[in-house]
Amino acid sequence: MDIGIPHPTCSITIIVNGDRLQLDVHPWITLLDLLRGDLELTGTKKGCDHGQCGACTVLVDGERVNSCLKLAVCLDGSRVTTIEGLGRPDAMHPLQRAFVEHDAYQCGYCTPGQICSAVGLIAENHAHDRAEIRELMSGNLCRCGAYTNIVDAIDEVMGRQAAKPALEAAE
Amino acid sequence: MNPFSYSRADTVHDAIAALVSDPQAKLLAGGTNLVDLMKYDVVHPSTIVDISRLPLNQIEELPDGGLRIGALVSNSAVAYDPRVRKHYPLLSSAILAGASPQLRNVATTGGNLLQRTRCYYFYDPSSPCNKREPGTGCPAIGGVNRIHAILGASDKCIAVHPSDMCVALAALAAIVEVEGPQGRRDVPFSEFHRLPGDHPEKDNRLSQGEIVIAIRLEGNRFAGHSSYLKLRDRLSYAFALVSVAAAMQLADDRMVDLRIALGGVAHKPWRDRLAEAEFTGAQANEATFRSIAERLFVGAQGRGGNDFKIPLARKAVVRALRQAATGRPVDGPDRTLQ
Repeated sequence: MDIGIPHPTCSITIIVNGDRLQLDVHPWITLLDLLRGDLELTGTKKGCDHGQCGACTVLVDGERVNSCLKLAVCLDGSRVTTIEGLGRPDAMHPLQRAFVEHDAYQCGYCTPGQICSAVGLIAENHAHDRAEIRELMSGNLCRCGAYTNIVDAIDEVMGRQAAKPALEAAE
Repeated sequence: MNPFSYSRADTVHDAIAALVSDPQAKLLAGGTNLVDLMKYDVVHPSTIVDISRLPLNQIEELPDGGLRIGALVSNSAVAYDPRVRKHYPLLSSAILAGASPQLRNVATTGGNLLQRTRCYYFYDPSSPCNKREPGTGCPAIGGVNRIHAILGASDKCIAVHPSDMCVALAALAAIVEVEGPQGRRDVPFSEFHRLPGDHPEKDNRLSQGEIVIAIRLEGNRFAGHSSYLKLRDRLSYAFALVSVAAAMQLADDRMVDLRIALGGVAHKPWRDRLAEAEFTGAQANEATFRSIAERLFVGAQGRGGNDFKIPLARKAVVRALRQAATGRPVDGPDRTLQ
């Protein structure tokens, strides 16, 4: 299917936070820029814009991805969930509540990506202890260094017991 | 990013035809490397051909006990596939040592083979680079070259291939299934990527119009004794400075079959079959492992910033062989520095 030349927009349908949207996009627009620009969903953050920091993490068809490296045009028919779609101040997602309770941020810039990534991590079900949470959250950098509290928040939501003293010491 | 046209291939034939008709077109699967390269203006295709919906996303069992992994199967899907974990733990642990969960969810098997080097000069369009613009020179030679090659480099290019997955696939002697205008062909993994020589702009031996269809693994004899060891500047989410995929079959403590592939040291996943043959039949002990490590790096050449890689790689080989011999396949999140 050739969508044409020289550089027209392409028509796509995507479901963002439950809303079915029909959009005309230039093929070089990333999902991140679409979300933050036309859709005004600025909860998703642009950090490095090169897939190195994880601030732009969202869920596409339930899987966590770096939205800065996804061309929107490739997502025709996909379901996207951003931090705005997970919860609201008066109806927070359990991870949002846990991040607040555990003080799992300082500046907060990486937090939407951290939380979307943690939702993906829990759905994947490959992390079974704190060391595995740390490893499988390594795609999300926090320059304030709130890592210990971030792991606490995720660990609590995963229903795990508090950290073992030996692992705490290693951190 | 430069403006470009977009088309979606519905069949493998469509994708091949698009590449043949427009040499400036690029195929896009997961896009985790290509979109990044386009943002840096390292690659500026006229057309993007979206192949992400081609029916190449299955892992199939083969009659000989092997597996056939479609080119569009994500890195996560391969790494966590129960058959891969059970029979090819080397491949699973190598994939999980690379990138991040977000990237692995999107990046594909074929794309992993075709990713470009992370040489800083290659990534900087304002800098000369023989790989990006043939004939302009290699500033890494005599420049900042901490991450660069110690084996198989040329005076045109000292870049390294960045993949972890490919190092395991080299050790497992995978077959790359390729399709092009002339039909299908099988490429042994060790012949897929190439050394830079006089043409560092060519990373591999694909011809114009050819695309990767699948990776084939033979029934694995190494599941009990293999190990992937990756050494890097931080413990996760960083490219290898040096990595080692080691696999062996043991009989009475002798290595009756031995495979060693190295990452982060050359323009391709490095495998020295003569060295492997020399030590086949030897006792699996520390003395042998140290001899192998010496032998593998006889021709190694540092460039200043990467001199440290030669002793580091020797030690990594010894440790990976020890881990393989003792059946510790996973260089996992609890890895401790030894």
